[in-house]
Amino acid sequence: MSDVQVSNGRNQAREAPHIVPAVDVVEDATGITLFADLPGVPKDKLHLQVEHDALVIEGDLDVPVTEGISAHHVEVDSTRFRRVFTLSKELDAEKISAQLANGVLKLHIPKTEHAQPKRINVSIN
Amino acid sequence: MYRSLFSNDLFSELDRLQRIAARAFDVSPNIRGALSNRFPAVNIGTSPQAVEIYCFAPGIDASKLDIKLENGVLSISGERKQEAADKNAKANLHIGERFEGRFHRVVTLPDDVDSNAITAAYKDGVLRIKAPRHEAPQPRRITIQ
Repeated sequence: MSDVQVSNGRNQAREAPHIVPAVDVVEDATGITLFADLPGVPKDKLHLQVEHDALVIEGDLDVPVTEGISAHHVEVDSTRFRRVFTLSKELDAEKISAQLANGVLKLHIPKTEHAQPKRINVSIN
Repeated sequence: MYRSLFSNDLFSELDRLQRIAARAFDVSPNIRGALSNRFPAVNIGTSPQAVEIYCFAPGIDASKLDIKLENGVLSISGERKQEAADKNAKANLHIGERFEGRFHRVVTLPDDVDSNAITAAYKDGVLRIKAPRHEAPQPRRITIQ
């Protein structure tokens, strides 16, 4: 799994300003687990999709803002999160599971059956 | 699968470099130092009625957040544990960018804030603190006796 900035939606991704969310990616024998920080993104504003080999994570910030308020200090200056990863062949994109809790997305991408490690028993005669 | 020498996201890397450069050249106007790239990121909005602070702190147990107001300085502290770490020992960490550990941020509030009326709510990883201002004293006419 590698990280690419520009995928199919090349122009769109370049033009729209967005935040690249911080992620942790952990791999074990069963597959890959990805954690992404998406603060302020509710479940209905999160868009996950797999196009060809690209896993696209997109989310829109939905934070209530009081009318008539003016920005005084800004560190988060975009309302859109976006990050694209390229999945490798041994990952099963059909079986991705996702959970979103407290602004953290947890994705599990299992490896295909044949890519999982197998123990081979050696019999000695 | 391996991690390359450089971050595999060129744009976020450029963004990071830009922040470092900005910090090096900027004579910070704030006495509490540079305000870039800290956890949690903070946005502050003001209106004549209130000051609102948004802390982008995903993945935190809200009950363990510590918010204090002392002499007009609001301090927000807590801890974030890395979820990826409590996996089994055979797991490989390929990318580890998310903040882990204790954090502490402070915000100076204006003098006219009503310290007894501050409220805080945590939703979708965003802590929103609302500090209403005291109503401006109304002009009063003094009658001559």
